[in-house]
Amino acid sequence: MANMSLTKNEMPAQEPQVRNQNFLEVALGYSKEQAIDEANRCLNCKHKPCISGCPVRIDIPAFIQETARGNFDTAYEIISRSSSLPAVCGRVCPQESQCEQKCVRGIKGEPVAIGRLERFVADYQNTYGNTKLTKPASNGHKIAVIGSGPSGLACAGDLAKKGYSVTIFEALHLAGGVLVYGIPEFRLPKAIVQKEINALKELGVEIATNVIIGKTLSIEELQNEYGFEAVFVGSGAGLPNFMNIPGENLKGVYSANEFLTRVNLMKAYTPDSTTPIQKGKKVMVVGGGNVAMDAARCAKRLGAEVTIVYRRTENELPARHEEVEHAKEEGIQFKLLTSPIEIKGDSNGWVTGLCCQEMTLSQPDDSGRRKPVPLENSAFEMEADCVIMSIGTSPNPLIKDTTKGLSIRNWGGIIVDEATGLTSLTGVYAGGDAVTGAATVILAMGAGKTAAEAIDSYLKGEGAS
Amino acid sequence: MYRIVKKESLNPTVTLMEVEAPLIAKKAEPGQFIILRVDSNGERIPLTIADFNRATGTVTIIYQIVGATTQALDHLKEGENIQDFAGPLGRPTETEDFKKVAVVGGGVGCAIAYPVAKKLYEQGCEVHSITGFRNKELVILEEEFKKVSNKLVLMTDDGSYGTKGLVTDALKTLIESGEKYDAVITIGPLIMMKFVCALTKEYQIKTLASMNPIMIDGTGMCGGCRLSVGGKTKFACVDGPDFDGHEIDFDEALTRSSIYKPFERRAHEEVCHLYEMEVK
Repeated sequence: MANMSLTKNEMPAQEPQVRNQNFLEVALGYSKEQAIDEANRCLNCKHKPCISGCPVRIDIPAFIQETARGNFDTAYEIISRSSSLPAVCGRVCPQESQCEQKCVRGIKGEPVAIGRLERFVADYQNTYGNTKLTKPASNGHKIAVIGSGPSGLACAGDLAKKGYSVTIFEALHLAGGVLVYGIPEFRLPKAIVQKEINALKELGVEIATNVIIGKTLSIEELQNEYGFEAVFVGSGAGLPNFMNIPGENLKGVYSANEFLTRVNLMKAYTPDSTTPIQKGKKVMVVGGGNVAMDAARCAKRLGAEVTIVYRRTENELPARHEEVEHAKEEGIQFKLLTSPIEIKGDSNGWVTGLCCQEMTLSQPDDSGRRKPVPLENSAFEMEADCVIMSIGTSPNPLIKDTTKGLSIRNWGGIIVDEATGLTSLTGVYAGGDAVTGAATVILAMGAGKTAAEAIDSYLKGEGAS
Repeated sequence: MYRIVKKESLNPTVTLMEVEAPLIAKKAEPGQFIILRVDSNGERIPLTIADFNRATGTVTIIYQIVGATTQALDHLKEGENIQDFAGPLGRPTETEDFKKVAVVGGGVGCAIAYPVAKKLYEQGCEVHSITGFRNKELVILEEEFKKVSNKLVLMTDDGSYGTKGLVTDALKTLIESGEKYDAVITIGPLIMMKFVCALTKEYQIKTLASMNPIMIDGTGMCGGCRLSVGGKTKFACVDGPDFDGHEIDFDEALTRSSIYKPFERRAHEEVCHLYEMEVK
């Protein structure tokens, strides 16, 4: 008999006033009993709408049914068929706008906690599981994957499972892309990312770190000199955006990328780290996406009083609902309908404050979007000793500048055929933020999977001719 | 891991290292840089490529001990390994189309000026090099510069070697004596480059300055290396490191370069202390 409770099993979590002072994981994960109880809320409906909401098409009802029966290993195997990073996705996917949005139980009450169940199954496997992914027999084809973030890892994983010999090229010293430099430890422990990457290595995926494609090697060289028959470009979003307001180059103004990289990748949050970081007392984070929430919550944990400055209302915040809730619980202030116009500094060049103006939302335009419009004579100043700009990124120019014939949109994104990820160059595919601009982990993984499938049929097609 | 095949002390504070990095050696051009991490807990720091040998697959770096990382780097011996070594990053220095150039280097910046002078010279350009140091003890690369310069003026602040004075004095003397340069290329401390650029602006000589701001990834992701050039924000790692010296906001760059000074001093002292304990 299905569990007809209208609400999800609550996620055990560290107390807000405790966790906002440490970098340990916020959400603690379901127990076995909670997972089975939650899994029993799934009606196993025939038309499986949840699957259509998943960019990597996990057979969600099947894995949940196995979970309900306590067959966690089988559940893990089912997820693994579609996803190379279940422990990551269970934590950082925006399930409320994907699988869970389509769940029938959500019509009346809360949807099944698909994300939390995915996380449970992956964590159970990581702790107790014996499911060993076996390295498939090599099919003799060599594929290069550029970038070891979510899209690259997903693409590499799928191809490796089909027997391709895959090498991932990573510009930084550590694999994982945004999963290691961007998303903080308290939301996605690095040990979990490392385990998922190790699982890929066991499948035979090679990872070459410190190689910057576009600088150290070109795509042309990968194809012509190193014999890679196909290349997947998952190089990520790139250059941080700034507002071009006065004072943005003052000391104490960070891009979210720099701040998060110092904290996460370079471990500035650990007491023995040699990474310098400006630990503000009053920090303003400009922007409302997941990255802004991450930056704000890191700054809080480093001891600051933190305010998020966003030019629309709470309804338009692009961040996941859960991240916004967590941030609020931890004591982050929200200054909504507010947009910065200038950053003030002292005579030594250090930030002292943020000048803003109040905004209002216009009537919906033809696209239905309400634009923020400044209110006249509404300028005011807030005290700050650190400002973190988190207003998105533009594609990195390194690959476009060094790859002849690669078609690029005027804003820098790589142009691909949506169904396959194929670029304007034969054998070169792309996906993730390099194509779409900054988006989510799971969309990037979806693009990596799509490309993996297309690369497989491309090379099989060639073999047949 | 990247093996150190040669380590040589150039003066009491400046060291040269030749590092095995064949992929980088194959692509490197003067003006570009690498990012290294000494060990697995280390910081990522950018260092300019001072020379490269495509045949042996080695890249030369020259560094001055200023912080914890350069201190740790200096602790490594010949035959030992550097954990991470990535590059070549940044755009190569523009050396085409110049027939007569003054290359102005200051202190450890001469290590960066040298490969530029060498490339210009090999291209048949007339090269006048001006190198400046605080005193005789700190002079580096004198013989090397001689080989690739039609004229070399060596300046020291205290007059203990070469000519007493600043590099700007030497440059001004050359310009006023009638030397006509297509360009001046300057690399060294920010304050020196600021004054070189101010001087050449008076004479309207095209000037390139090589910027070395704070940087993490070196590939355009972090935005830490941003500076104002002609009123626009540029990233030194992907748009530079060379910029039109007459457009750079040097005062802002000077301010930004001091962000981590207190932190660096502390970290440097801690690392020094650790090594002292190790020796004992």
